[in-house]
Amino acid sequence: MTPPDTSAPLLQISGLTKRFGGFTALDNVSVDIRPGERFGLIGPNGSGKTTLINCISGAFRTEARTVVFRGEDITQLPAHVRTRRGIARSFQIPRPFRSMTVVENLMVALDFAVATDPLVSAAHRHETAMSILSGMGLASKADASATTLSQVELRKMELARAMATRPKLLISDEAMAGLSSSEVDEVLDLLMSLADQDITVIMIEHIMQAVMRFSQRVMCLDAGKIIAIGAPNEVMANQRVQEAYLGT
Amino acid sequence: MKRNGVFFWVGAAVFLIAIALMTKLITNEYPFFAGYVILQFIVLAVAWSILGGHAGYVNFGTSAFFGMGVYTAVFLFKVAGAPLLVQIAAAAAVGALMGFALGLLTLRMQGIFFSIATIALTIVIETSITNWRYVGGAAGIQLQRPPVTWPFSGYVQMLFFVQAVLVVLAVVVSRYIQNSWIGRGLQALRDDELAAECTGVPTLRLKVLACVVSGALMCAAGAPAAMYLQYADPSSAFNLNYSVSTLAMSLIGGTAHWAGPIVGAILLGTTQQLLTVTISSEVNVLVLGVMLVLFVVAAPEGLIGLLRRVRDKRREGKQ
Repeated sequence: MTPPDTSAPLLQISGLTKRFGGFTALDNVSVDIRPGERFGLIGPNGSGKTTLINCISGAFRTEARTVVFRGEDITQLPAHVRTRRGIARSFQIPRPFRSMTVVENLMVALDFAVATDPLVSAAHRHETAMSILSGMGLASKADASATTLSQVELRKMELARAMATRPKLLISDEAMAGLSSSEVDEVLDLLMSLADQDITVIMIEHIMQAVMRFSQRVMCLDAGKIIAIGAPNEVMANQRVQEAYLGT
Repeated sequence: MKRNGVFFWVGAAVFLIAIALMTKLITNEYPFFAGYVILQFIVLAVAWSILGGHAGYVNFGTSAFFGMGVYTAVFLFKVAGAPLLVQIAAAAAVGALMGFALGLLTLRMQGIFFSIATIALTIVIETSITNWRYVGGAAGIQLQRPPVTWPFSGYVQMLFFVQAVLVVLAVVVSRYIQNSWIGRGLQALRDDELAAECTGVPTLRLKVLACVVSGALMCAAGAPAAMYLQYADPSSAFNLNYSVSTLAMSLIGGTAHWAGPIVGAILLGTTQQLLTVTISSEVNVLVLGVMLVLFVVAAPEGLIGLLRRVRDKRREGKQ
């Protein structure tokens, strides 16, 4: 199950602490994510999962050298540059560009995130966007306004938009929250297929079957600290993880 | 797209030729006097909506930019008797710099905070100019128009034509932005700034760019006003009415398309001119307010938005 340890980590988080006033949201978090890994991130509400994602994707700034991506310190880079380097994310509450159609949402990514090659015409980029959408089963919705999408379609569109930035690391922040069980399977299959395309995926999720099925490794946060990390079964069996989730 | 482009350029050319013919054929100065104001507001509204429409940042500082344009012209004319084109070009440069500074200082603030900062800018600049004796201070300054050059028969006709060229320039810029990657990026950040940033859009850089372009055009639109009135004083050059009218015109026309502000400026500008002549210039402001309220309630996306909705409904009906 676990990928070989030989390659250098894709993402290194080391000694990452994030405070908001007197509140410590992340407390000395260190973890390495390997290339190609499917990594599950769990923890009760308010444990710091989304804060960690925000620190990685650049919505929050952190101390120097706490976030290293592909061997490079990215802590000083704004979010859009991190996206261009290969970090893409979806949002816990979907954030589509509401005034645009589905395919236009993807065109934003293709216009800005992917190194602009003047030889690549607009028509070609449109084709790329369409092929990503078909891969997600959204091709029929390409020209629909983003406001008309259902919840599961919105989730898929967010993943499609993230994919259009050609990421090396995709962070999915509760992409399955609020979906029915068949829809959860749909999105999970999508994430699995992305992972097969050599994309490293960090998945934040509350739905345990999904986490168990998807992840090669799982990390559990509680009150900003890592309380367990390892194979999914081990983490689930961990006393502290069960306490954190169920209360004592 | 291509055919649209041809139509657009032909339209622009026809517009300029028509304006040029008007300056030859109409001898009465009044139509130019009134028309000039409308053209000026088209430039202001189109320029405003580059930042206010595409990016969604509501700028109340139109009068700051406009007034700076007026006073750039005044200063250059007094110091060196600079010709009109130099005045306009310099005003555009000053406006771009102002936009750059305003953008860097304030565009990290979102929504209402940005708007408040732009009002503050107007007050700061107006106060500075009021206390600057060289350009007339609070009392204002009289300007003597230089003799008009060929092919124009009168100075007002020339100003009218120059402002028409500025209209074309502003519309070309606005249309280019709307149809290019810049427009897509601005639209994305208006919808959701964080999502845009995480999709690779350099949001701050694009906002500053929009602010620079918008500022340059607004300042340029203000520059000929000094010669138009042959007089400038701070309280009229920096009058908040410029900000309010411009905003109202853009919103009433609709900011979703470059043509929206033009429609709004023509509609409101004409109404204002008619009211000023027939009733009084005070009624202007009242009508402006009433129209703004009506549109906010009945057609929040302006005339362009209203048209689109009707068109979409019809299309649905056909299907």
